[in-house]
Amino acid sequence: MTGLLDTIPYARFLGLRTEEDGGILTVIMPFADHLVGNPMLPALHGGSTAALLELTAIAQMALAWPRLRLPRPITVTTAYLRSGKPLDVRARARISRAGRRVAHVLAEAWQEDPAQPIASLTAHFSLDMDNSDLP
Amino acid sequence: MPDPFLTTILPQLASGAAHTHALGFTYEGVEGDRVRLRTPWRADLVGDPETDVFAGGLVTAMLDHVGGLAIWVALGRFAPIATLDLRIDYMRAARPRVDLLSEARCYKLTRTIGFVRAWAFEDDPADPVAASQATYVINSDGGRGAGANLQPRGDAA
Repeated sequence: MTGLLDTIPYARFLGLRTEEDGGILTVIMPFADHLVGNPMLPALHGGSTAALLELTAIAQMALAWPRLRLPRPITVTTAYLRSGKPLDVRARARISRAGRRVAHVLAEAWQEDPAQPIASLTAHFSLDMDNSDLP
Repeated sequence: MPDPFLTTILPQLASGAAHTHALGFTYEGVEGDRVRLRTPWRADLVGDPETDVFAGGLVTAMLDHVGGLAIWVALGRFAPIATLDLRIDYMRAARPRVDLLSEARCYKLTRTIGFVRAWAFEDDPADPVAASQATYVINSDGGRGAGANLQPRGDAA
């Protein structure tokens, strides 16, 4: 199932790779120049990190529910906790509630130390089969 | 006399960094306190190959960035900023293979924080694909000065 992200053009644009261990995915965004938003620090663009978190949430749901159509985001909130250094970023997601129509997911992204996350995501996704009118 | 910040510097801030350049952001101009950014549709920015619609992550990146531009418009100058918190509601799928526009407005600026609302749409801001509410830290030092505001104490507070 780790192949899902390979089929998503935006995940390829970000260069995402996945590792799986006992049903838990770790998604890795290897550092690349085109992810930088602030060349002076330098720091990763917040959009790179947020997209990594969102795609990690989607990939974790796809792993948990292989027969599901691609979950669609409804509301996604990202808190930026630390500046993203020019290093690889890793992210993991946890499904905190799985309903019939909606799921809630928490995700965190970190660099050197998982206890020092650079960003966290809390999001609701639509699981409806009829969700193609959402993004 | 046009303001050189709006005519020269802001367009560079719109697409001058590596990530924004790679995403193809183009500056669409300022009207009052509102600023607009466009992302021309591209196949490699799609989120679901079955629909050819922009990825949620692209919408996020654009709303994050246009919100930052709105802070600079409100300040009337460049200052280092960092996104603190960004909430995005996705109302509907974007139309396939169509450019996406975004518009942002900073409706409150304090000494340290800017509050922004932004929308993403194809041609009508009243029919948005997504809407965001975000806060930005102004004069951010990239998070490297955490605790610099604390007075030294004998014991941790």
